[in-house]
Amino acid sequence: MAQTLRRGPVSGTAVAQKRKRKPFLVDLYATAVGKKYVMAITGLAMIGFVVVHMLGNLKLFQAETSPGVYPIDAYGDWLRSLLYPALPKYGTLWLLRVGLLGAVLLHVHAAYGLTVMNRKARPVRYQSSRDYQIATFASRSMRWTGIIVLAFIVWHLADLTLGWVNPDFVYGEVYRNVDASLSRIPVAIFYIIANIALGIHLFHGVWSLFQSMGWNNPRFNSWRRSLATGIATAVVVGNVSFPIAVLAGVVSHPSV
Amino acid sequence: MSHSLKNLKLKIWRQKGPEDKGRFETYDIPEISDEASFLEMLDILNERLITDNTEPVSFDHDCREGICGTCSLMINGQAHGPQRASATCQLHMRTFKSGDEIVIEPWRASAFPIIKDLMVDRSAFDRIIESGGFITAATGGAPDANLIPIPKPVADAAMDSAACIGCGACVAACPNGAANLFTAAKLTHLNLLPQGQAERFKRSEAMVETMDSYFGSCTNHGECEAACPKEISVDVIAMMNSDYRKAKITNRKTLSRT
Repeated sequence: MAQTLRRGPVSGTAVAQKRKRKPFLVDLYATAVGKKYVMAITGLAMIGFVVVHMLGNLKLFQAETSPGVYPIDAYGDWLRSLLYPALPKYGTLWLLRVGLLGAVLLHVHAAYGLTVMNRKARPVRYQSSRDYQIATFASRSMRWTGIIVLAFIVWHLADLTLGWVNPDFVYGEVYRNVDASLSRIPVAIFYIIANIALGIHLFHGVWSLFQSMGWNNPRFNSWRRSLATGIATAVVVGNVSFPIAVLAGVVSHPSV
Repeated sequence: MSHSLKNLKLKIWRQKGPEDKGRFETYDIPEISDEASFLEMLDILNERLITDNTEPVSFDHDCREGICGTCSLMINGQAHGPQRASATCQLHMRTFKSGDEIVIEPWRASAFPIIKDLMVDRSAFDRIIESGGFITAATGGAPDANLIPIPKPVADAAMDSAACIGCGACVAACPNGAANLFTAAKLTHLNLLPQGQAERFKRSEAMVETMDSYFGSCTNHGECEAACPKEISVDVIAMMNSDYRKAKITNRKTLSRT
């Protein structure tokens, strides 16, 4: 007859209190809902970065103040020495870098943990084809768009921060480095694809983080979708404009 | 005026028991009234299988009026079939056309093991409910009506989530096999009401953690809401997420520890 499942705690409220708990944050992170908070909070931090990064890069379109002096180079210098001399030189920069790197690692680790959990929750898949009703392409492809974006972050750092894969790299000359990197057609194509993937990821992620955090209010719920669409569109349009500008010759450094 | 559908082809999942591998088998329905319910159509098929001395198809059903939550079935890739806001038992053959091929599969989740054919064991839901424990309510004679004032919109919202019949369509429809809509509906219906406040955070913590040990996690696809025969909104999941956080951080339990 009916097989019975492994039994959980019978009166969980009583049993759960007796169970020895790990330190608070570790205990919270061990649950799926806790991992989703981590996804949402780290996601929020990275959304903030991506938007500011895109807005800052629009300085690429600002004309030279005098021959060979580009506003984006000065902006880059300002960013690197943010809050100097109140804080040590590059202090703020490294604080932000460590924070962002931590956010990426936590986001990926939580996503991995949740994926493993979800695979275990349905080891035998549906044998007939599913007919999804409201799951979007974006929500269904979060893992893939996430992997594309992650690969792009690695490339992007090696390309424009470290200069490892950019043969024309000169430290501090942002305008020149962007032109040198994105003049290579395959690099520009990868850049465009990765940013479209990022847009798709944000289209679901920005909406989804409100649900994960429990920020739900019928009065503002319809704004969540608009905000997600707005941020995703702005990031894609802004970021994709850079490789197009380089390929079209709008952004062109004399020595590249 | 009643019509009938002709030449339906059913592809039904047959599985002898929990350990059997299982496979699809095809059955022909030469003619069926469009007024027959989906389950009646399966009954008629089973009558024929019994007459032919073969094993009838096992499937879950009970009240057949959409209130008990016993029926299940993944019909053409949708939990409870193509009709919105209804359970399989409320689905009628008029939803289909002559010559259609209808694919019927059981719910699939590791917490819902298949017992036989289309029948699954949903007792993992009982584990979640059990872990919720009791609510502090005075027993004895029935209290006077309106003894505890509850604003009408709050009572309505609590009722909307209490409409959950525990059929498991949310888990079946979820690409991750998560039971968040079920658990959140059960939590919301008590957490909104004054009677549910005393154990609110203890209950939220226990039920979410029990859910965690059986099911997948929510990635906010929204498929559960679309599949729910009672149209319970994913808004309840947001409320659960927020209550769970409150339970972990601002639980009144922590006050007594200082």
